Amino acid sequence: MALVIPKETYSGKIYSIQLGSGAKAVTIGGASALPFLGFEGTFPNRPAVALEVMDIAPDDWPETLKKAIGSAGSNPVQWAKFCQQSGADMVALRLMGTHPDQKNKSPEEAAKIAAEVAAAIDIPLMILGSGHAEKDTQVLQAAAAATRGKNCAIGKAVEENYKTVAAAAMANDHKLIAMSQLDVNLAKQLNILLTQMGFDKERIIMDPMSSALGYGLEYTYSVMERIRLAALLQNDPMMQTPIVCDIGANVWKVKETMAPDAEMPEWGGLEDRALAWESVTASAMITAGADMLIMRHPGAAAKAKEVISELMG
Amino acid sequence: MALSGVEIFKHLPKTNCKKCGHPTCLAFAMKLAAKQASLDACPDASDDAKKILGESAAPPIRDITLGTGDKAVKVGGEICMFRHEKKFFNPNVFAVAIKASEAGDVAAKKIEAVKTSEIDRVGQKLRVDAIAVTDEGGDAAKFAAVVKQVVDGVPGVPLILVSKNPATIEAGIALCADKKPLIYAATAENAEAMANIAKENKASLAVFADGLDALTALSEKVKALGVEDLVLDSGARKAKDMIEHFTIMRRAAIKKNFKPLGYPIITFATRDNSVSEAVTAAIGTMKYASIIVLSSVEKWKMLALLSLRQNIYTDPQVPMQVAQNVYKVGDAKENSPLLITTNFSLSYFIVRGEVENSKVPSWLAVMDNEGLSVLTAWAAGKFTASKIAQFITESGAEKNVSHKELIIPGYVAVLSGALEEKLPGWKITVGPREANQLPTFLKARA
Ligand code: B12
Ligand code: SF4
Repeated sequence: MALVIPKETYSGKIYSIQLGSGAKAVTIGGASALPFLGFEGTFPNRPAVALEVMDIAPDDWPETLKKAIGSAGSNPVQWAKFCQQSGADMVALRLMGTHPDQKNKSPEEAAKIAAEVAAAIDIPLMILGSGHAEKDTQVLQAAAAATRGKNCAIGKAVEENYKTVAAAAMANDHKLIAMSQLDVNLAKQLNILLTQMGFDKERIIMDPMSSALGYGLEYTYSVMERIRLAALLQNDPMMQTPIVCDIGANVWKVKETMAPDAEMPEWGGLEDRALAWESVTASAMITAGADMLIMRHPGAAAKAKEVISELMG
Repeated sequence: MALSGVEIFKHLPKTNCKKCGHPTCLAFAMKLAAKQASLDACPDASDDAKKILGESAAPPIRDITLGTGDKAVKVGGEICMFRHEKKFFNPNVFAVAIKASEAGDVAAKKIEAVKTSEIDRVGQKLRVDAIAVTDEGGDAAKFAAVVKQVVDGVPGVPLILVSKNPATIEAGIALCADKKPLIYAATAENAEAMANIAKENKASLAVFADGLDALTALSEKVKALGVEDLVLDSGARKAKDMIEHFTIMRRAAIKKNFKPLGYPIITFATRDNSVSEAVTAAIGTMKYASIIVLSSVEKWKMLALLSLRQNIYTDPQVPMQVAQNVYKVGDAKENSPLLITTNFSLSYFIVRGEVENSKVPSWLAVMDNEGLSVLTAWAAGKFTASKIAQFITESGAEKNVSHKELIIPGYVAVLSGALEEKLPGWKITVGPREANQLPTFLKARA
């Protein structure tokens, strides 16, 4: 019996989205088949790896991570430059300091930092709010205006605030990150709502909501696989937006990335364990179809880039 | 010839007992015909039925058992491409390679690592499943010496004997013939000799060929030589080739019932850098490899890989759950603290582990929320003040303790007011948000 390669016929394709400008601009998406199946489709763009920076010092980040970032963490501009030097494709600025439970920084302060960071790097910038749906509307509006022309990704637009956040992205020519909660239908629903208000679907990056290895990763994994099947096999235009996975924030709060060697001897050394935790989480999300990752440890980001290179062939 | 659902139905017990997870025997027969179930799921199927249904009842990917006894592992037997379609059944095996040239101290170290590799995660015992002895850099005598070291050092751990030289395999298998090892590998050059060794020793046999066409031809040839339990290696080592080859193999078997590729897949995910090895092996776990050979098994690496495997192989329809109960942690007495969490295995085991860490004996009330985590259950309306109150009253938690204080997870602090109303006379204490702060919290109260 000779083997006839069983190929799928894909009727859909993932949109390509460009971020930033100039020589260091990044384009994501464009896949015409399930992840990395080169025998039945093309993958014009590599998944991009963004390293995360905050507008406040990473005081509550685990030691391993703080050590990897070093003194750069004390200043967002320096930190962003450090990420660029570490080989990140993008910088993800999370305006955590604006959260009412944090420093409750004003939208103006946040916007100033966003503009400074954007000016200090030549790789593309992603600007994320603190996750406080209400405050994020003002913060992201101000930050989007302050970085006009930089072709950033702005987010996250969620069910509660998508109108204002999308309007801010639209008014300032940015791309939009839209997050829903681990559910194929909710992801689609949010994209529909956005297009209904006139937002161009080809400017949306979808965040299906991430989880860390060992802590619900399988839910994200399967939601992503189902989104991709709907996009490619069923040609559903509302599912064809590229996917971003915000993994660092989830990975670096679990015990596996924090417990000292002495406390959990059966888990092995903390440094390697923590690095492996973020790297393997990244590997899983890339395999499931992530077009963009938000990570925290430069070493883990390097491992993600390494496996991406192997996968792109 | 594949049988139709109705033909298969004739051979089932027809009791509609539902033990197979299907409402009726007919429904199960339809699934068997569609290759979406395996006859194994019906505990009452007669041996005659098994024989008659033969090929029809066999899963599209043959299942194979490595080793014997309580450490034996079953691989293959999968029936779908994506875990959400049904589930992935038989977790892949992680094996560590020990080279013949490592006979002695290095081998001893790796054997020790395997011996102490067991971890408990979410109630499951996970470990390095097998050892692959490879003839690299050694002769048949050294190879056999390592096999002996393994058999003596970790009896019962399944073995993979890796050599393209039949004489070397013979030297090794002589020491573990009764242990159902996997022989790696039959190639175009040595197929007859390897097939004979496999048959004589009732061992399973890996088939190696470079590329899928050559592998198809060789797999058919070895099967014709009379070996049934095959494992396949297409030579894919780079991540891209792994995903492509393994997808084609799985699809051909499952969707086209293409028998020559309907066997478990083995791959070697070895890399110089151990984290790189972990991310590559991870791809094997997600994308259809059944046996993944690693060059080293540091504890931190195995923790990550075994956790990933556990995630990927859980049933997507039913979250892992524990039984609703008031669990005693340590030597809890009537004045010990009473805490509450949900019955999602992950939540329960994390919280229980931290309570144990605290060394403060406690009662842990675990409420059935259909296996949802604390926040998910709360958001879904299944961990509400009235439901918790009802549970505490009906579970008999009150009988275990002489006090009336309930510690609730910090993330659901908002429930405390309503709970005090629903549980008159009770004091509701808000615990920390993350379980890892529980030891400090509990110690400070003790
Ligand atoms: C995986 C997941 C799911 C899975 C379910 C997994 C499961 N079996 O529960 C699915 C996809 C089904 C799901 C669904 C939903 N989810 Co959900 N989900 C998650 C996710 C990503 C991880 C949850 C998890 O497994 N956590 C790990 C476990 C161990 O955590 P835990 O039980 O809370 O335990 C920790 C602490 O609470 C503490 N603890 C536990 N018990 C105790 C006891 C005491 C005494 C103490 C002191 C501490 C303590 O220790 C643990 C570790 O520190 C979280 C986001 C996140 N990253 O946390 C959202 C999250 C929980 N989900 C959320 C929501 C809203 C939903 C949905 C309503 C949305 C939807 N898609 O429709 C549905 C509801 C489900 C339903 N049936 O209707 C929200 C809840 C928002 C809120 N603040 O209330 C979250 C927080 C996401 C978010 N940020 O919006 N979800
Ligand atoms: S377990 Fe067997 S006897 Fe019971 S319903 Fe299923 S097929 Fe019928």
